[in-house]
Amino acid sequence: MADQTLPIGGALDITPQKATKQSFFEWLSEWFITVDHKKLGILYISYALVFMLVAGVEALMIRVQLAVPNNDFVSPQLYDRLFTMHGTTMVFLVGMPILFGFANYIVPLQIGARDMAYPRLNAFSFWLTAFGGLLLYYSFIGGFGLYGVGTAPDMGWFAYAPLTEKAFSPGHAPDYWAIALIISGWGTLGTAINIIATTISMRCKGMTLMRMPLFSWLMLVVSGLTLVTITPLTAAQIMLMIDRYLGGHFFDTQAGGSAVMWMHFFWIFGHPEVYVLVLPAFGIASEIIPVFSRKGIFGYAAMVAASVGIGFVSLGVWAHHMFTVGMSTPTTTFFVLSTMLVGIPTGIKIFNWLATIWGGKIVFATPMLFCLAFLFQFLIAGLTGIMLSAAPWDWQLHNSYFVVAHFHYVLVGAIVFNIFAAIYYWFPKATGKMLSETLGKWHFWLFLIGFHLTFDFMHIPGILGMPRHIYTYMPDRGWGIWNFIETIGAFVQAIAVLVFLYNVVISLMKGKEAGNDPWDAWTLEWATPSPPPAYNFATDPVVNSRRPLWDLKHPEDPDWKYE
Amino acid sequence: MFTGISKVLRRLLFTAGMTIALPVSAWAAGVQPGTNMFAPASKPAREIESLAIFILAITGGIFVVVGGALLYAVIKYRRRKNDDGSEPTQIFGSLQIEMAWTIIPIMIVVVMFLTSARLIFAIQDAPKPKESLAITVVGHQFWWEVRYPKYGVVTANEIHVPVDEATYFKLLSADVVHSFWIPELAGKTDCIPNHVNTTWILPTRVGLYKGQCSQFCGTEHAMMLLRVYVQTPAQFKAWIKNQQKPAVEDPAVAAGREVFMHNACMDCHTIRGTVATGRFGPDLTHLASRDTLGSGSLSNTPANLRAWIKDPDHFKPGVLMPAMQLNNKQLDEVTAYLCSLR
Ligand code: HEC
Ligand SMILES: [Cu+2]
Repeated sequence: MADQTLPIGGALDITPQKATKQSFFEWLSEWFITVDHKKLGILYISYALVFMLVAGVEALMIRVQLAVPNNDFVSPQLYDRLFTMHGTTMVFLVGMPILFGFANYIVPLQIGARDMAYPRLNAFSFWLTAFGGLLLYYSFIGGFGLYGVGTAPDMGWFAYAPLTEKAFSPGHAPDYWAIALIISGWGTLGTAINIIATTISMRCKGMTLMRMPLFSWLMLVVSGLTLVTITPLTAAQIMLMIDRYLGGHFFDTQAGGSAVMWMHFFWIFGHPEVYVLVLPAFGIASEIIPVFSRKGIFGYAAMVAASVGIGFVSLGVWAHHMFTVGMSTPTTTFFVLSTMLVGIPTGIKIFNWLATIWGGKIVFATPMLFCLAFLFQFLIAGLTGIMLSAAPWDWQLHNSYFVVAHFHYVLVGAIVFNIFAAIYYWFPKATGKMLSETLGKWHFWLFLIGFHLTFDFMHIPGILGMPRHIYTYMPDRGWGIWNFIETIGAFVQAIAVLVFLYNVVISLMKGKEAGNDPWDAWTLEWATPSPPPAYNFATDPVVNSRRPLWDLKHPEDPDWKYE
Repeated sequence: MFTGISKVLRRLLFTAGMTIALPVSAWAAGVQPGTNMFAPASKPAREIESLAIFILAITGGIFVVVGGALLYAVIKYRRRKNDDGSEPTQIFGSLQIEMAWTIIPIMIVVVMFLTSARLIFAIQDAPKPKESLAITVVGHQFWWEVRYPKYGVVTANEIHVPVDEATYFKLLSADVVHSFWIPELAGKTDCIPNHVNTTWILPTRVGLYKGQCSQFCGTEHAMMLLRVYVQTPAQFKAWIKNQQKPAVEDPAVAAGREVFMHNACMDCHTIRGTVATGRFGPDLTHLASRDTLGSGSLSNTPANLRAWIKDPDHFKPGVLMPAMQLNNKQLDEVTAYLCSLR
């Protein structure tokens, strides 16, 4: 049974030595024409990190403007563009690309494949997405010409109609928004199809679906979800363009169109989109927490079931973003129930992570620190989510800063924390160098403090009646002090990110050699050299359990005995 | 002995309670935002507050239990300094435990769902009392039109209602989606073009309650403020009575009246009893009886009014009222006229 074809200890690299040194242009063109899933993964991640910095600067400008009442650091027109671009960028140009980047890099390695199922589609998808992002940002200089702030989108990331119709947005702001996102959406769909095909058909010998690592499992679920959710958004954006240029009246309320229909279209995309972003983060946590607790994941089957369950239920909760549009009582009640139900599989996941830690020997390396903070923060985010799902209370909380705090708890507290965890965890694999642990801890603690200063205190002005999307507020409302604290927190987070960037640069230059398996981990990617050669595995791996490397390291007590 | 312990416990609880309660109440007394959802002064808002406290208690309990367990695990199961390097016992799951933490949350969800559902019905399907005030609120890019159909009164941005009586709002929009929200009176309801919504309040305390548009509606969304004056029935009657009158005609400000009627002002604003019947901007018939200008962006003083007419964009960049290029004399005259509209 335990016939292992994997080399134990040292991974096998049969790459021939490079004879001559590359010129810079050869190096560059290699990145442009590459179809290697690992190079594309790195491209995705770097692209997303660049946009994360851009959107981060936008966030800082927003925070400076709101730091004190009646501030005029930026004009209202620019402020509207800042929050619209911040949200759109973080969701479409940072969140999805970075998570798909990790999927690109990790999934084939984890399932013992030599590449994605469709390498060319993979490259095509990346460049489409990249083009969409550049087009969106061209709006700052394009549109009416090279003056002012161009016509960058200024109608909020959910672009409610009829504000986006010609009558209210005569410029090109909604055009840039819609077309850029349609294009990057096609890229996303291509990658989603690719991941589904890869996980379904490229798994190595012995890796049944129920032996697939949880990160790969979650990417499969996410990709399925992506196919179902990006489509209505693209459809709605095409309808909007028909309204604007071909005389359609889908959302044109002045000609009898429906504003509420746009909301349905948007949120039937928008809510599952949250899960498209958070499920990969769950996947990351499910890889890292076991390794650094030195215990296999607790309740693997329950974790898979809960993920698929979350995927399904998340398709039926969108109208909880619309409790205030005047839905009928039974409809409202239905969406309260469906939304609260999501809490159950989500709870199961938290409990299983807790049980994984329980009885383990926790190693507080930087990836684990980020994951542990994620557990606490995600618990809070889930609980504020429950508060928002109670429709009557949501009538108060909706569109207030409480909601902004809640979804940043999910997007930053859960997703960004796990993205950082993933970078610290897999950076050694991708580059062969360790990131500095000292700087990593500085990064972690600064980011943690900054995060809590900003987003804990953000709940309070929401409860005191502060709506979102406002460029300033009156001093008599008592929101000033909280906003001031939030702004300080935002700058602490920014410093943490600078520490992180410094860490990446310095570690690339003179980081410690990583070796193949620096974390003593159990999934297949750690059986390859760091960085892995183009073909990933010299010999096709064969696995007998969920943790092939555990089996190799512990022949006396292999997992396959228990499965 | 037991009394001794309970005394210590009581004292501990008391100090703990005070260390939390004192700063909070000091802060609550110091700031009077008029927009605090936990200071309700009206029926739906008060019922929502009780639901909120109920849900806070449940979620708080969950936080303490799960967060505590997490914290305990993280501290207890850290790798010790003298670790022998062996791997801990591998445990892959347990059906009973999975069942337990599936079923308990389901029960909690059922409880929270039923409580919420009850309140949704109680508020949305509340039987309309025979005696109630009807107000139509129309959201405009960046101000609120307020109509009292039964009394033939039209005003803007400042709503007057009687205490202890239900007021029903019909919510409309003239352009894009807005949202009507006065946290201390009721939850928010959107004003959507082509889509009539309703909401209601039953205020129980006289006072001024504030709110603002809470659905992004364009450049000046932030300065689309709302005020609700809850008054005694007598005060309210007197107010309505004054609002019902046509505009004051004071010969002393005839020059200003001329300026108003011979400029585009009259195309956008209504002053009842005159030829000005525009509906693009707020009704100015009783402008001087209002406390604020520009949907709450500045207080209604003659100096502010003059400055507003001279250049509204200065106070509300992006506002839909143009600067009318009046000269100083015209400005003084029209200001005097508008100030006479009590
Ligand atoms: C193009 C239409 C238009 C014209 C012309 C116009 N206004 Fe306005 N006016 C508005 C709008 C719209 C508002 C509401 C602005 C806001 O609060 O966002 C307004 C607000 C006001 C207000 C404040 C009302 C309140 O209760 O807050 C006053 C006073 C006023 N206008 C006076 C004038 C005068 C005097 C003139 C002529 C010199 C004039 N307006 C010309 C559209 C117009
Ligand atoms: Cu509005």
